[in-house]
Amino acid sequence: MSEQPIVCDKAYYAKLLELQQLDFGLLELNLYLDTHPHDHHALQQFNYLAQQRMQCAQQFEMKYGPLMNYGHSFSGYPFQWPDTPWPWQV
Amino acid sequence: MWVYEKKLQYPVRVSKCDPRMARYLAEQYGGADGELAAALRYLNQRYTIPSKVIGLLTDIGTEEFAHLEMIATMIYKLTKDATPEQLEKAGLGPHYVSHDSALFYNNASGVPFTAAYIQAKGDPLADLYEDIAAEEKARATYQWLIDMTDDVDLQDSLKFLREREIVHALRFKEAVEIIKEDRDQKKVY
Repeated sequence: MSEQPIVCDKAYYAKLLELQQLDFGLLELNLYLDTHPHDHHALQQFNYLAQQRMQCAQQFEMKYGPLMNYGHSFSGYPFQWPDTPWPWQV
Repeated sequence: MWVYEKKLQYPVRVSKCDPRMARYLAEQYGGADGELAAALRYLNQRYTIPSKVIGLLTDIGTEEFAHLEMIATMIYKLTKDATPEQLEKAGLGPHYVSHDSALFYNNASGVPFTAAYIQAKGDPLADLYEDIAAEEKARATYQWLIDMTDDVDLQDSLKFLREREIVHALRFKEAVEIIKEDRDQKKVY
């Protein structure tokens, strides 16, 4: 049976979308660079977005908890990784 | 190794409980040209493909798992509030008696996933042409799925996935050219 719905505030969705947008740009550039490794301009964009992404993810995690497991994200006490929401719950 | 990130690649919203669409979406979950088949196909082929395209197979294979999670989210959201009666009316009676509302790797007709859906020939061009065909078939399937629903939220996520198939096919076509160039260069002494 389905559990109680998990409610997140507007700011959560806005920050999540910002991160998804940055990650989309990075993924697209990554696949492009896989077949065009000598494109300077694309590589420049990739490294620029990677920097932006790092800041955005850090801001998201400060407010909403770790995005990644296995020590790729910091956690507050008690351990926040198992906390909801999981991606399909929002 | 792989590390999980607790977010979807692209937002998935649905505007109503719709077990009928959930049933059709299974085609992209555990079907022949679905996301599971795609991820397993590319990540398995990469061990014997020329080094120049291993990165591409790794990255696209990994993205397919993000797509699998999006499809799972759609199916979950479309069925989580459905009663057994609603599931049965949508043709999911047999699914319900075996799985309740749990997800399962089968296609829209309920046929379980099989590794026979995917291939690895060891011949880089044969493998890449299969990958291009798989992307084109998945793109077509997404179009048929979009046509089957009037839920604009669901359509939005499906359109994103349809576009990704186009980009993947394009990158695989470039990989074919990279392999050919490499092969032709080796003939020059």
